[in-house]
Amino acid sequence: MDRYERAFFWFSAAMLGLFLCVLAYVTVGMHIRLPGPSGRIIPAPGQNLGAAVLATAPFNHPGLRMIGPGEYEVVMIAQQWFFFPRRIHVPAGSRVTFRVTSADVTHGFFIPGTRVNMMIIPGYISVETYRFERAGDYRIICHEYCGLDHQTMSAEVVVK
Amino acid sequence: MRTPVVDRPDAPFALPNLQRRIISLTVYLGFSALGVGVINGLAQALNYAGIDIFRYYPGLRTYYEGLTVHGVFNVIILTFAFANGFVSLTTARGLNRPLNTGLLVAAFVSLLIGSLLAAGAILSGHASVLYTFYAPLQAHWTFYLGLAFIVVSTWITSLNIFLAVAAWRREHPGQRIPLLAFISACTYIFWDIASLGVAVEVVGFLLPWSLGILPATDPMLDRTLFWFTGHPIVYFWLLPVYISWYAMIPRQVGGSLFSDTAVRIVFLMFLVIIPIGLHHQFVDPGISPKLKFAIAFLTFIVFLPSLLTAFSVMYALEIGSRRNGGTGVIAWFFHLPWSDPSVAAQLLAMLGFMLGGITGLMNASYTINLEIHNTTFVPGHFHLTVGTAVALSYMGIAYWMVPYFEQKDLWNRKFALAQSWIYFIGVLIFARGLISGGLAGMPRRTAISLIDYPKPPGWFEAGIMTGVGGSMMFIGAAMFFFEIFMTTFFSRRTEIPDIPFTDTIEPPAAAGFAVNLDRFRYWIVAAIVLCVIIYGPVIGRHIPPNFISPGNANY
Ligand code: HEM
Ligand SMILES: [Cu+2]
Ligand SMILES: [Cu+2]
Repeated sequence: MDRYERAFFWFSAAMLGLFLCVLAYVTVGMHIRLPGPSGRIIPAPGQNLGAAVLATAPFNHPGLRMIGPGEYEVVMIAQQWFFFPRRIHVPAGSRVTFRVTSADVTHGFFIPGTRVNMMIIPGYISVETYRFERAGDYRIICHEYCGLDHQTMSAEVVVK
Repeated sequence: MRTPVVDRPDAPFALPNLQRRIISLTVYLGFSALGVGVINGLAQALNYAGIDIFRYYPGLRTYYEGLTVHGVFNVIILTFAFANGFVSLTTARGLNRPLNTGLLVAAFVSLLIGSLLAAGAILSGHASVLYTFYAPLQAHWTFYLGLAFIVVSTWITSLNIFLAVAAWRREHPGQRIPLLAFISACTYIFWDIASLGVAVEVVGFLLPWSLGILPATDPMLDRTLFWFTGHPIVYFWLLPVYISWYAMIPRQVGGSLFSDTAVRIVFLMFLVIIPIGLHHQFVDPGISPKLKFAIAFLTFIVFLPSLLTAFSVMYALEIGSRRNGGTGVIAWFFHLPWSDPSVAAQLLAMLGFMLGGITGLMNASYTINLEIHNTTFVPGHFHLTVGTAVALSYMGIAYWMVPYFEQKDLWNRKFALAQSWIYFIGVLIFARGLISGGLAGMPRRTAISLIDYPKPPGWFEAGIMTGVGGSMMFIGAAMFFFEIFMTTFFSRRTEIPDIPFTDTIEPPAAAGFAVNLDRFRYWIVAAIVLCVIIYGPVIGRHIPPNFISPGNANY
């Protein structure tokens, strides 16, 4: 390879290296994490997935719970073509942890304008925490194709 | 002293007419698929503008049936057909020897059967599972069988290419493989390894499951196997176009490629770094963030060969422009033969690819993925890459290849030029719409014209741009088909004995390290080792599979 090619190669490599350092900083320094392993739903032999979900804590009690001052947990079930519960209310400034799983097919869980964005895959529990600073109606959208009425699958977080 | 990228450049091209005909049918099968695909594309673009025209499409039941057609026809049938045909042609020219006719026919027939099976399943409403077919949404078994046939057609093509290269090597012991044949073979070696994931998924799990032999499937395992292939597949779409950009375009603009070695290294980098598909699963549960970061790292490394391509191809273009009197630091770019439709289409495709590359890097950027995963940002990005860099280059290539196939003049050069520009300007508007919509949280794969909640701010404007740009793309694509139709049936006969190929200024080294670049087996071993290191533990965690999902066909 020629001198200019080499120079361009190292320049490109250095640029990509720099981008990676920034990403590492965002992750480690600013604590913006991607979803990781956070639990599974394991049906008993012969049991179907929907029944297994309802038999696994905390999905036997879906809904909103206060777990500390300004801290909430929502346990949600996604299924064709709605989320349960469909609407939750929290005060502005709350830190909300979403704990979501699917009773049937793969769904998405996305709140535009926030960094809450995860896949809901049968057999797996997805968890994300977000602090809602500003009041308003936030929409939870299923953003993975999940069948006929996928486009109507949404829920709401009402922040007051 | 310049070195041609093919064997015996001055001897007549040794491809028999029958083989040329089969190759042309393969490519035409791909373009027919594109024709059907873009008709649905128009309806999707208008959907985002809030207009539902799908209901007027005869035979289509839902938005998602149409979207499945669009995905499967455009990025599975079109791309595989084009690669099978075009790369067979470049291999034959690179080695200047015929291929095996039986294998060419077998690949074509396999592709045809596969496409018909898949198309039948989709259009009868039994496979609205999109081109990613995530389980447990379940298609009719003919859909999966069709996909299997389509993949097998690429393997038959590989066999044909490898046999030709092996025969050439036996006849030319100790010689470097001609560059055009090297990059062609490299593309298919790469794809054979990369396709194993989806092959195991379809044949091992989905097909038996759809036939009722397996009562349930493991969605997470299927998904992971899918993306093992699903990322590298984009390079399988791209590499045939790189073959044109590296080995043909320099000649078409009157230039030369600079370095032989650099090109071989670029293709080998794609071959070795296969296992990065996990970056499509950044927001999946059940995969550790540390592994995800390692994958982000590898993904950034595979960005390197594309940056090198930008450099080498630019350099080749500049050489061409300056030989023909181009001057200046930037001005030479406008002095390129923009009036040649084949060149213009591919130059525009390259410009599109720059934007596509940048948005792709954003996608791969780990935490940024949280903002845009599964929003319309993603189709905004990939209509610049596969939808433009690849598809518009196919059209540009067709502007010399169809005349070569048919031994006819291109029907109307001005019309062909207008075609490329309209498509290109269309895609800029279209992608701008989808990208800004994605940043405003607009989800992809969604019949937006049918949602039952109020549109959040930003979606309306984004949708309008998508609709306007998408309609222009549709017009551009329709003009392409008209041009090809007129060329085939109503154009003047002429004699076109050969296809374009360039030469390199720095020849392939006859001794030293560079010779090892041609020893494919080292690179294949390296690729497999890397796959096992990354995917071994990931797949291992899913063994035995967790069969929890019966089929679901609520679509
Ligand atoms: C007339 C030209 C085209 C138009 C107007 C168009 C329009 C669209 C739109 C609006 C979407 C998003 C649909 C959604 O997410 O709901 C889409 C998806 C897609 N397009 Fe195109 N497109 C065109 C050409 C192409 C070409 C040439 C290719 C590739 C060769 C392509 C590949 C794809 C793929 C792979 C998807 C994703 C499908 C999925 O999400 O399952 N498109 N197209
Ligand atoms: Cu859903
Ligand atoms: Cu959905």
